Amino acid sequence: MEKDVAVIGVGQSSFVRGYEGSIRELAFEAFREAMQDAGITQKDVDASVFCSAPEYDKQRSPAGVLAEYLGLIPQPTFYVETVCSSSSTGVKVGYSMIKSGLHDIVVVVGFQKMSEITSAESQERMGRGADIQWEAPFGTMMPAYYAMYAQAYMAKNGLTHDDLRDVRLKSATYGTTNERAVYRKGVKAADFDPNNPEAKMAGPVAWPLRVGDCCANADGSSCIILANKEKAKAFSKKPVWIIGIGAASEAVNMAARPEFAKGLSVGYKAAEQAYKMAGITAKDVKVAEVHDCFTIAEVMAYEGLGFAPMGDGKQLIREKATYKEGRIPVNVDGGLLSKGHPIGATGGSQMRTIVLQLRGEAGPMQVPGDPGIGLVHNVGGVGLYGSVTIFGR
Amino acid sequence: MGFEKFGRKSFTAVTKTGKFVDLLIEGKVEGTTCKKCGAKFFPPRADCATCLSKEMEWFEMPKKGTLETFTTAYYAPFGFEADPPYTMGVVDFDGGLKLFARIAKEVKPEDVRVGMGVTVRPLKYEDGQVSFEILKA
Repeated sequence: MEKDVAVIGVGQSSFVRGYEGSIRELAFEAFREAMQDAGITQKDVDASVFCSAPEYDKQRSPAGVLAEYLGLIPQPTFYVETVCSSSSTGVKVGYSMIKSGLHDIVVVVGFQKMSEITSAESQERMGRGADIQWEAPFGTMMPAYYAMYAQAYMAKNGLTHDDLRDVRLKSATYGTTNERAVYRKGVKAADFDPNNPEAKMAGPVAWPLRVGDCCANADGSSCIILANKEKAKAFSKKPVWIIGIGAASEAVNMAARPEFAKGLSVGYKAAEQAYKMAGITAKDVKVAEVHDCFTIAEVMAYEGLGFAPMGDGKQLIREKATYKEGRIPVNVDGGLLSKGHPIGATGGSQMRTIVLQLRGEAGPMQVPGDPGIGLVHNVGGVGLYGSVTIFGR
Repeated sequence: MGFEKFGRKSFTAVTKTGKFVDLLIEGKVEGTTCKKCGAKFFPPRADCATCLSKEMEWFEMPKKGTLETFTTAYYAPFGFEADPPYTMGVVDFDGGLKLFARIAKEVKPEDVRVGMGVTVRPLKYEDGQVSFEILKA
């Protein structure tokens, strides 16, 4: 297990609908918290990486603009993008910059102000994160793509609508305890009941996915501060080390995808690399954040990460094994479903949650048993990009 | 030019595979195959990802496949608001080729099943746009 690059500071804005400020001000919120957490000043920072999905940004080339606002000039800065996994990719890039010896401390900021455009516009733009030449002309959107994975998966593996509902009930349970979450209300089984006229989660979006199966758009920012071994030991009492990294890509067009019922290939491939690098197996992971942009995505992730055998992810939900007190707690901060999914900020936010868990500082969300190894699974597009990052103390 | 006629609404005007639209008008749904290494592609490509050749030729897609998966969309993106609900799916033809398209309006969503036998045919919309769609075999 290598301990060469550590996280020495984490920060996250509240995830909200309609942030009252500009993207530079939004980025400042996470950055300020992470800098205070790390106990460093801007002169200690050697470089910065900014991450978002650019189709939401009116500002072109935001890295330079945000670096200036955060007081990070004249150090080098640039921009990284892999849609919903942008900030995980940014952390991988930052890790590489430090591991290469080029820099000692690198700041990675993920941000997204989704509310600058309407939900319909947002869906169209996310649809254009898929294949605009051959698929968008049919009227595709993100929920429809994941719904196709859900349909094939449910038909083959006996996963039911009640199982998907129960994924959401778990997320909502923890969303109520996370003061940074956009959706803090509890959700009841009756909210999914199609015979209940007041069921706000039951309406179809892209069948078999319902309103309650989809994550919430949000505005938000995240910040991860990375340091080499020497600086980590100098600045941090509780460094959390990046011990495994994996990343993969897959064909954008659905016509070039392997079997849908097996889930997203990038999840398996990224996990395999990350476990190998860390020298651990799925059983060693004590707490995880997975990319639950839709309920089905969480179930597929269980299998891609090896928490459950192929086709058997439903058992983890049925046995409540991914609750805080369970065998492998997953998304105990509310996940994308309840915490919210501000595209470019999501990976960094997932990492913040895991770092706080490993430091024993997750407050009401803290899992018992003093977890020593945590994992972040972050997917970009419909499994176009996949990233798995493993953290240890 | 010409590719803006593809689909309900196209986001691409110019592509070296623009002949795909002419073939649809002729009633054919075709992919491309590499003259050098024989790799087959759908949707069509102008360049071979396997051997990097630029010499491709057109071939007609198989007629019979099975529906691997599908979804019915109840919301639509900008420019498609008049269409929902519509069903889209992925056809698996034996031999490695797959195809993504909408399922024909005449097929009721409640009759669509994973694994059912399907075929594909070209489609012309009233506004002159051309596409292709999936229907029961």
